[in-house]
Amino acid sequence: MLLVPCPHCGPRNAADMRYVGESHRRPDPNAVTIEAWREHLYMQRNPAGLLRETWYCRAGCRRYFVLERDTATNQFVDSPTGVDKLGGKA
Amino acid sequence: MWRDVPLRTSYDVVIVGGGVHGLACAYYLATNHGITDVAVLDKGYLGGGGSGRNTAIVRSNYLTPEGVAFYDRSLALYNTMAVDLNINVMFSRRGHMTLAHTDSALRTMRWRAEVNKLQDIDSDVIGPDEVKRLAPSLDVSPGARYPILGALHHPPGGIVRHDAVVWGYARGADHRGVELHQKTEVLDILVEGGDGPDGKGPGGTVTGVRTSRGDISAPIVVNCTAGWATLISDMAGVALPISTRPLQAAVTEPVKVFLPTVVVSGSLHVYVSQTDRGELVFGASVDPFNTYNIRGSLEFTEELAGHVLELMPSISRMRLLRQWSGLCDMTPDYSPIMGFTPVDGFLCDVGWGTYGFKAGPVSGEQMAEAIATGRTPKLIEPFPLSRFAAGDLVGEKGAAAVGH
Repeated sequence: MLLVPCPHCGPRNAADMRYVGESHRRPDPNAVTIEAWREHLYMQRNPAGLLRETWYCRAGCRRYFVLERDTATNQFVDSPTGVDKLGGKA
Repeated sequence: MWRDVPLRTSYDVVIVGGGVHGLACAYYLATNHGITDVAVLDKGYLGGGGSGRNTAIVRSNYLTPEGVAFYDRSLALYNTMAVDLNINVMFSRRGHMTLAHTDSALRTMRWRAEVNKLQDIDSDVIGPDEVKRLAPSLDVSPGARYPILGALHHPPGGIVRHDAVVWGYARGADHRGVELHQKTEVLDILVEGGDGPDGKGPGGTVTGVRTSRGDISAPIVVNCTAGWATLISDMAGVALPISTRPLQAAVTEPVKVFLPTVVVSGSLHVYVSQTDRGELVFGASVDPFNTYNIRGSLEFTEELAGHVLELMPSISRMRLLRQWSGLCDMTPDYSPIMGFTPVDGFLCDVGWGTYGFKAGPVSGEQMAEAIATGRTPKLIEPFPLSRFAAGDLVGEKGAAAVGH
């Protein structure tokens, strides 16, 4: 299907992963307006091209990490661009 | 079937996307409202996207009252389509069965049946004996890995030849003066006076489209694409809550008729029907990550075969002929985005996820009414783009898709 380069386990099948989705910076829930919060919840860039996205290595290290991938070709950009250990969206 | 005419530089309405939604919209604009100065543009060929890649199932047994009313109108249009469009769409009203493998699934089926009955939809929960009578090849033994505890049975559901639906609407629209332009890719949407860069975005007004064959001016541009909805809307500066994912499907070699109804299993992520030619057509859930790439995968066939054999062990010797996939624009509430947008003159009929084909006729009819009257028709009132900012989602997930 798709070999996902997990920073800890190496390349693993996407079936071993959970796709968390596009990486958005989460607004401060105490400061944000309800409209901006909903925009964070629902709106997607959904480009046909480079996309920063969060994966969860379900069947391996069970950690969250951020990768960049071209959604038109499914090629990952070299290796992981960052690891978000808290599991939040980076 | 339709004329090949030169592309003009101005139309009253430009429809982007020559699938069942775009063509139905053009057809009803011409038929119901007398608006015939319309161009349907497609970057490929008519019906080459989701309209030719779906598994051709129609039904109206949804979970929300909004969904039920909407899809039932579509089913009504499918019922008389062969006569209305004078083309044999091969509508086979063979019934539709959604299997329940757990107590909680059975509870949801009961819920759906009651919502359906309240709106006069023929829909009921049946037990394993009745399931076996309707589809003898299903394994209803209690020892099955995923035992069949019952099913939601929906007799008016069935399958339709999807290509004929596309051709019927295309020919009907063409006969009434609509122009169909294939191999005409929309490269940009021209907007003036908006808040965003280049005058696009909310508050702006559409003036036309830029295509691979030149600029066209038009006061109304309708996005009827599936798979590329975000990319087209981005051209007008309208952001959408859509994630694009492929959905894979497959077909077997033809055999004698043995499966007289459509069978769906949500927990096993599979739906299957047998065509008039005798092939079994399988569909699954969408692939588990966003992509515009429609390459098939071995995981799909492996999982599909395993799950189908749980339901029908007797078909283990059948061979798959081919597999394919199409792009699905998924929304957060498994319901479409229809009607007006913050850009004046730019309308959307998008976000059709895995249920676009069955909704094609009613979407075309309602979008045409919205364009002709400038008001949102009642049937599509629940589906505006603004519902996400307002937090007023529809919540159709329980009945709109498999695999959740």
